[in-house]
Amino acid sequence: MPPDVPPPYTALTRHAMLPRAGHDEAARFNFLSNLNRYLAEIGSRGNRAAYNQRVLPRFLEEHGREPEHRYEVRAAMNRDPFHRLWSALKRNSMEMRQQNGRQIVLRQLDEYNALARQYNDGRDTLELDDNVATPAYQNAVDIHCMPGSYHGEEVPGDISAGANYDLGLFATTAGGLGGLSDGGGQALVAWIRRERPEWAPRRILDLGCTVGHNIVPLAQAFPDAEVIAIDAAAPVLRYGHARAQALGVHNIHFVQMNAEDLSRFPDAHFDWVQTTMFLHELSARAMPRILAECHRVLAPGGLVLHLEQPQYADDMPLFEQFLRDWDAWNNNEPFWTAMHGEKLEEIMAQAGFSPDEQFVTGVRAVVDETVFPRASDNGAEDHGRAAVWHAYGAWKKAA
Amino acid sequence: MSESDIDWVARSGKRAKGRRPEYFADPAVDRLTSILMALVGEVSALRERLDTVERLLEAKNAISREDIEAYAPDREAGAERGLATKAFVARVLRAVQQEAEAIEANDPPIEHWVEELGRKEQPCPPTSS
Ligand SMILES: C[S@@+](CC[C@H](N)C(=O)[O-])C[C@H]1O[C@@H](n2cnc3c(N)ncnc32)[C@H](O)[C@@H]1O
Repeated sequence: MPPDVPPPYTALTRHAMLPRAGHDEAARFNFLSNLNRYLAEIGSRGNRAAYNQRVLPRFLEEHGREPEHRYEVRAAMNRDPFHRLWSALKRNSMEMRQQNGRQIVLRQLDEYNALARQYNDGRDTLELDDNVATPAYQNAVDIHCMPGSYHGEEVPGDISAGANYDLGLFATTAGGLGGLSDGGGQALVAWIRRERPEWAPRRILDLGCTVGHNIVPLAQAFPDAEVIAIDAAAPVLRYGHARAQALGVHNIHFVQMNAEDLSRFPDAHFDWVQTTMFLHELSARAMPRILAECHRVLAPGGLVLHLEQPQYADDMPLFEQFLRDWDAWNNNEPFWTAMHGEKLEEIMAQAGFSPDEQFVTGVRAVVDETVFPRASDNGAEDHGRAAVWHAYGAWKKAA
Repeated sequence: MSESDIDWVARSGKRAKGRRPEYFADPAVDRLTSILMALVGEVSALRERLDTVERLLEAKNAISREDIEAYAPDREAGAERGLATKAFVARVLRAVQQEAEAIEANDPPIEHWVEELGRKEQPCPPTSS
């Protein structure tokens, strides 16, 4: 069997808004995607061996019992030299991805800001609102070590955060999300086609759309639907709107809005309310509010779907929970660990969805595997970024 | 391609807000690990550039920097280069990979074997308990 290698960066689909990478800039991403795959493989082997061979035995000796929480596993593993070196390498890979992405974007910023303005100015499909404040939980740290996070600007009114986000997804997923990094959105379309082949939602709401890469496939699959994609951060919306326009997708309205307050929409307004890799970047106070708003704006017979990495069920081994938690502590994802420890079903029940309305299902990224081999074959899952999700959903009972 | 007005080199290296974890007892090791990995990335990019030059020269006699910047490998070349990068990463991180193997193997120190093989008498067979 030939060794499986990630696709080159140049295989990404070059939509007009994707800042062009020079030869060496692309090569740096090629290095990083290979490095990330390598670290996923070595990590899954070495961390497990370190835990079984020396960390757990020492813990048992010191405490006279098994660890009772993933935080205890973490504290013990953080003393292990293999785990420390591996974490340091992985953290560096994240930081290098940011600097490389920013170099590509920032050296061409004026050009792409101007291009975005051509796509954005005067369009009623982009609505920005200066009164929308950055939520406090978005401001605590720069999420996944992105300098400036989603809302930072290098020059007023720019697209830098969005552009850097879009072009760097490739490196951390080793191409596993496809040419437009939209494997998640494609998976949603494939899933709904199987689940409800005849269904055509009229109004779709996407919360925390970032650059809209995962909502574009949905908008394309339902061209007659009115799609509203909201985010609290203006720079990613500017970029996302221009990107959708550049791809010829015109039925998405990008709106700057805080998802905690959807009062602008009447009750039962949407047939489909979607979040994709969104809930884990909120806070314990914001999440239930947002899930309740999702219930309120959803029409009877409608679908709510939250795509996330799997929750830490009671039967998930603590060591696996610890591995899945890496990004919380090492990649500036502070709500990741608390969120994954929640029983989402219970919070959705409090939000108004009865247990028989709810379901959980697995969704795997759909990508052209002739160009983009899957992100994690051979069992070495890179937990923060694996192209496999769990969907926590509900079909709201018809009234 | 026009350069933007901001100092993009300085701005690109901006620190992400949030205190960075310390991975090693000596902070200098944290810094040196970062420097080393940046350098490793540059060597990888340099190798890839050389590969591009070679492939372009195979196809024609004279090439320009523009040709290099515009080069995008086809599927076969992309896979060959991906494999070369994968092998490069494996060489650089051999120490990490072999430590993982060593933890699994849990070998005794070499002193054990030196003593064992230097002994003239048969060691007593371990008493079965
Ligand atoms: C991890 S990203 C979501 C990624 C994206 N949905 C995808 O498909 O990959 C989280 C996004 O949520 C936005 N966000 C966070 N809190 C929000 C809030 N309260 N209201 C609206 N957007 C919010 C952030 O600005 C960021 O763009």
